Amino acid sequence: MSANNDTIKKTLIVTVSLCVVCAVFVSAAAVGLKPMQEANKVLDKQTNILAAANIETEGKDVFALFDESIEARVLDLETNTWADDIDPASYDEMKAAKDPKQAVKLSAEQDLAGIRQHARYKTLYMVKNGDKIEKLILPVHGKGLWSTMYGFMALEGDLNTVVGMTFFAHGETPGLGGEVDNPSWKAQWPGKKIYADGDFDSAAVALIKGKVDRSAAGSEYQIDGLAGATLTSVGVTNLFKFWLSENGYAPFLAKLRAGEV
Amino acid sequence: MAKQTTKEVLTTPVFENNPIALQILGICSALAVTSSLNVAFVMSLAVIAVCSFSNLFVSLIRNHIPNNIRIIVQMTIIASLVIVVDQVLKAFVYDLSKQLSVFVGLIITNCIIMGRAEAFAMKNPPGISFMDGIGNGLGYGAVLMFVGFIRELFGSGSLFGIEIFSLVNNGGWYVANGLMLLPPSAFFVIGLMIWGLRAWKSNQVEAPDFTIAPNTK
Repeated sequence: MSANNDTIKKTLIVTVSLCVVCAVFVSAAAVGLKPMQEANKVLDKQTNILAAANIETEGKDVFALFDESIEARVLDLETNTWADDIDPASYDEMKAAKDPKQAVKLSAEQDLAGIRQHARYKTLYMVKNGDKIEKLILPVHGKGLWSTMYGFMALEGDLNTVVGMTFFAHGETPGLGGEVDNPSWKAQWPGKKIYADGDFDSAAVALIKGKVDRSAAGSEYQIDGLAGATLTSVGVTNLFKFWLSENGYAPFLAKLRAGEV
Repeated sequence: MAKQTTKEVLTTPVFENNPIALQILGICSALAVTSSLNVAFVMSLAVIAVCSFSNLFVSLIRNHIPNNIRIIVQMTIIASLVIVVDQVLKAFVYDLSKQLSVFVGLIITNCIIMGRAEAFAMKNPPGISFMDGIGNGLGYGAVLMFVGFIRELFGSGSLFGIEIFSLVNNGGWYVANGLMLLPPSAFFVIGLMIWGLRAWKSNQVEAPDFTIAPNTK
């Protein structure tokens, strides 16, 4: 190593050229690989929707399976009616949630899920048999400990029994809160009820501390808490409380139950 | 350091001078990503790629790196490579990259890579530095695969996700050892492995730093 490398001029030249080369290299990789990453994201999302609806995807073409078994439709949460002028394929909910014109702001006492605002239009997914909805898949999200957790909950045609639940994006602690996407934890959800005793305004389903005693009264509304992740567990409970309340899907579900939409 | 041949540079880090077992570097990620062989394998490949190319690039410009900013120059190169590896994983093996989550990014802080850039690539020509990077990556990967093998086999009764022992949950005979899936078990496995390795190659045993004086009578 020659000593003249340590002059200010040489130091600046090396730093700037190294930064430029590295920046070009990194951006080229990021831009070049973006389409494949996007396709993977869509695939992952569709796989999760199918998994929530309890449809086997193993060894099948997910895109084709999704197209044939799932119908997507956009819901207007303000009027609780279908907004069929919006194409679910091109509508980007995450972007809309940040756009002041398309977002619904929540006051502090409404905001159980810690999300501050959410998109006015939500894409719902359905498994249909003729005109009858067999399974209704609702997108839900809310704050855990570190991150916003995004997931899907699928309900039976009675709009009260859970078919399945998945989280497809979260940034919780791997091994603790990150267990929200552990298959054996998620396997508890099918068969649980979300509303108790005809009270369709507030969700009864909740994560409890420790294991659920299956013989106890009310166990059909209870899910095992995540060990070592109290705040993530509280976050999951609250996000369902929010999305199943009057500020979430409850008015729409009521309309659906009455056959008005 | 005496001149080393390519073969020596490639193979000594695997058994003789293993970065994890002898130098005790990179333990953190070895605990985190060894609960299944698939993840351990992808992580090993990522570390081999980053370590070899960072050594190559650092060595290529070693005569121009100003001495007083050499660490940050090495970091810039390593960080760029890690981001590229992360992007590639996201594009081609999305599921595994989700499982590896932050640990790919944390390769940046893996002491093995910086250690080799500073200790080897700054002093040696590009070709042999590249080989040294592969060798050390292999040494790291070998330990990861060994620990992953034991943890996945006894923790979930499978290898690479293929069932070897049929689990009680699925009507078989094997009661899975849940501890093996938790990070502390990697400490036990790595500890036992280092013990075994040093019993086999006793020249790896370090001389004590000091001797304890006997109690005064």
